[in-house]
Amino acid sequence: MSGTERGLIYRLVERARRHSAWLYHFNAGACNGCDIELVTCLTPRYDVEQAGIKLEGSPRHADILCVTGPVTRTTREALKTIYGQMPEPKVVVAIGSCPATCNVFAGSPCIDGPVDKIVPVDIYVPGCPPRPHAIIEGISQAIEKLALRKSGAMAGVK
Amino acid sequence: MNSFRAFVALLVFPGLLYALPVGWLMLGIERKLRARFQGRIGPPLSQPFYDVVKLLAKLPVSRVASDVPMLTALPLLSIGSMIGALALLPVFRGESGFVGDLIVLVSLLEIPPLCFILAGYASRSIYGEVGATREAVVSIASNVPFLTALVAMAASAGSMHSSQIVSSTPWIVRIPALIAILFCLPIKLRLNPFSLANAEQELLGGPLTEFDGPRLALWELAHALEWVALIGFVVVLAIPFRSALWYVNAAGFVLLSLALVPLLTLLAASTARLKVAQATNMMWKWGGGLAALALAAAFFARGGGH
Repeated sequence: MSGTERGLIYRLVERARRHSAWLYHFNAGACNGCDIELVTCLTPRYDVEQAGIKLEGSPRHADILCVTGPVTRTTREALKTIYGQMPEPKVVVAIGSCPATCNVFAGSPCIDGPVDKIVPVDIYVPGCPPRPHAIIEGISQAIEKLALRKSGAMAGVK
Repeated sequence: MNSFRAFVALLVFPGLLYALPVGWLMLGIERKLRARFQGRIGPPLSQPFYDVVKLLAKLPVSRVASDVPMLTALPLLSIGSMIGALALLPVFRGESGFVGDLIVLVSLLEIPPLCFILAGYASRSIYGEVGATREAVVSIASNVPFLTALVAMAASAGSMHSSQIVSSTPWIVRIPALIAILFCLPIKLRLNPFSLANAEQELLGGPLTEFDGPRLALWELAHALEWVALIGFVVVLAIPFRSALWYVNAAGFVLLSLALVPLLTLLAASTARLKVAQATNMMWKWGGGLAALALAAAFFARGGGH
């Protein structure tokens, strides 16, 4: 298959994935700073629902897993379970400095992070906490990865 | 109704070919308008269509083999029953239906909530079970005024024929009965003041918590069809006249259906979720009161119950 020639169904699905990314927000021991910034993206000021993005309560409905916080020992297994419950294709976004590097918690005996030791991370959004603009930028890059990912039910479709 | 007309009603209008795009359009209008009411721009009207396509192209996480047939059959059953209910709506003039078609119509309209409850229990998630319990309590509360109002209309028309009820119910019965049925609509569509069963904050979406990928897409389709069927049911009951021209009837049906969507959205956007006890109480008091009024009016309209 050449890269540019793609079937109608593939293009339709790609377009649908670009316009309908559902997030699942997982707090892996964050201080709540990044969580507040993430929820801010849904308010009238930033209104990410324009792009079809919405926050889902169940990981089984979600396309993008947004992780905040260094992974503490109590949240490690939950993170693994939730990653496993998400249907393919899925993308993981690490929001803030904690999931990327453990930040100020690095070296603590209660921390099993960073996140990429537990689940594969696709996009890192740095900042402590990152601004909503940065989070939206990170999520839009995650959507791009999601749309072009050849996995899930579309794995065999040209 | 001959078999050709039945096929057209099932598959074209007001069945599948009409109901699917209009269902998506209704859900799209609902999301867009709710966003506008909240001071946001909101998603495009095509959003529900994109959601379904995306969900269909996902690979569900494998489950215990015994779960899969049940979890797939339940949304399919609600889709089928909604299409059947749509096909039975007496939109046109010549549609004589059959004796007792109102009973079939109402029972078909009741199948999706039942499937929704079963889906909650079948998924064996704690959130699903709580959502299913709430749906069961609330749907019993909403069905009392809903069915009482329909009984009042049928009694005053002296028939169980849906087309006869539509044409010959007196206005003194029709108005309170219709208001009672309209009152039940947000409960049956699980819209905001009554969105107890699918509460996305405290119940993670209720009975649908454990559904993913294509099976969730089927539920989204069923929900879109539920909008068209329930709103269409109210519209059909509200217009007593049927023109000889089929397109006048069709246009009136479609336009009035779409006109109800902003009203429901306004209600959903301006209210917060009630508790189960509050919703049930409200339903029994106001819905039940209006339905009792319709029943009393029907009694007097028939001249003291002959």
